[in-house]
Amino acid sequence: MREIIIISGKGGTGKTSFTGAFAHLAADKIICDLDVDAPDLHLLLQPVRERQEEFHSGHEAAIDPEKCTSCGLCASLCQFGAIRENGAGLAVDPRRCEGCKVCVAFCPAAAIRFPEKHCGQWYVSSTRFGPLVHAQLFPGAENSGRLVMLLKQQAKELAKARGASLVLGDGAPGIGCPVISSLSGAHLAVAVTEPTPSGRHDLERVADLTRHFQVSLAVIINKYDLNQDETYHIEAFCRDRDYPVVAHLPHDPLVTRAMVQGLVVTEMPETDFSRDLRRAWTRIAALAGLGQ
Amino acid sequence: MIVAVASGKGGTGKTTVTASLAAVWDQPVTGVDLDVEEPNLHLFLHPAMAGCEPAYLPVPVVDEARCTYCGACSELCRFKAISVMGQLLLTFPEMCHGCGGCLAVCPEQAIAPGKRELGEISWGRAGAAGFLSGRLRISEAMSPPLMRLVKARLQQMLAAGGGDAIIDAPPGVSCPAVNAVLDSDVILLVTEPTPFGFYDFQLAWEAFSPLGKPLGAVVNRAGLGNDAIYQFCREKGVPVLAEIPYDRAIAEAYARGLIIAGISGRLQETFISLRDRVRHLANSKAPRQAAHA
Repeated sequence: MREIIIISGKGGTGKTSFTGAFAHLAADKIICDLDVDAPDLHLLLQPVRERQEEFHSGHEAAIDPEKCTSCGLCASLCQFGAIRENGAGLAVDPRRCEGCKVCVAFCPAAAIRFPEKHCGQWYVSSTRFGPLVHAQLFPGAENSGRLVMLLKQQAKELAKARGASLVLGDGAPGIGCPVISSLSGAHLAVAVTEPTPSGRHDLERVADLTRHFQVSLAVIINKYDLNQDETYHIEAFCRDRDYPVVAHLPHDPLVTRAMVQGLVVTEMPETDFSRDLRRAWTRIAALAGLGQ
Repeated sequence: MIVAVASGKGGTGKTTVTASLAAVWDQPVTGVDLDVEEPNLHLFLHPAMAGCEPAYLPVPVVDEARCTYCGACSELCRFKAISVMGQLLLTFPEMCHGCGGCLAVCPEQAIAPGKRELGEISWGRAGAAGFLSGRLRISEAMSPPLMRLVKARLQQMLAAGGGDAIIDAPPGVSCPAVNAVLDSDVILLVTEPTPFGFYDFQLAWEAFSPLGKPLGAVVNRAGLGNDAIYQFCREKGVPVLAEIPYDRAIAEAYARGLIIAGISGRLQETFISLRDRVRHLANSKAPRQAAHA
């Protein structure tokens, strides 16, 4: 079984739109939305939920005002500035609480509770392209590499159970914890970039990240016609690093038109754009060693 | 006044709006890049850098000569960053959140603060504007500790020099994004009128409106996609403070690294008007919806 993760560094370069198209084109796969913070793949795939589970992670301190003697020890120990005077006494600001338990352990009045946090939901669903494993963190919850790992684990088990040869994942933007978790164990990362100063800069950082974790990388240059100079710089960078550039796609509102209809680009009437995307998928599948 | 420029979905134009707003700001202002995973503001503001220093998180360093392997530290640590097995003590600095619990709990004072490099903080000036940015080290998993250090530096700068700040926040609606806007006086949510933009905008509204801060929307690529976003803003009482049209010329200017407020008189007016409306919004009361959480 192979695992391909679509990433980008910079947001909004087309990751999810292309993941949707690849989900359409790939055979025998489990699809996985690993952007648990702002997941959008479901808007293209219209999943029907078959299984729903709660995701719990970490704990959160809460001061019982009845027991609190306002000694202030907790506030002096908290490294996150989460314990503040709120007019009525000391209280924990849940948005700043790191869940480290230091205040709980040191409170001389045992006045701090430490309940587990319910951070979101995760689902296994069916879609017209096959099973989708996805999640939604509650807005404002701690973004969680743990949830990303859990989704990947579920996807792999499902792939095993159904004899699927591929787990196809839509990653998060950035280079932090959720992206690192999504890359773990992947056979190939595909970075979708654009020829803008931000696109190139962020591609270079996410490429350094894949290199650090020794995951192979292929690159798609989306909107390549916006700035030929930047496209050239990106190509040079890819040549230098031996990253195959599997597609150059033009700036085209077609992608948004498909999105508005709840379709992926390759379901729309055939154009050069969708033909190029099909060719890109063939190359990606070969690079990931699919069908070998 | 601190203005936070946030979004749910990435790539909607946070950095574009931050850079353009900084360019038309007519008071002393500092542009702050808190998207430490992928900082981009410098690519548009082209600051002359005045300094750069590494940022560290305090992590435990154990003096084994004093350690009695009592296990109090590993029992307290929620992040599996310190572990005692028999007569063996192991630390996993990359797991540490820097809570200081092990240092405080050790009865032998055998643990001292060491440091893990989180990345770097740099500062300078971009024309009339100040500039401050965090940059996460490649393979560092945690962005919030570096963001906290950048925010602390901003507070020092504002305390010393005064002026306003415009923060370029990370994308998303989880803890790093919420933390980026916590100390702001007004939040600008940049979105685009597409299904992805709209869905993530709703998440952003759910995440940010409970903070009780004045909140406004900027619709980028207006004319692309559909109208759902406007309907939602009307229902929730979120003012649409500016619209930036969907226009290939704007996309090309952005791709050349230009500040789009400078490419046409019309766009300059758009951002001057946005500046004035943001100021007005910041001085108004938080919207009614903010009370609910």
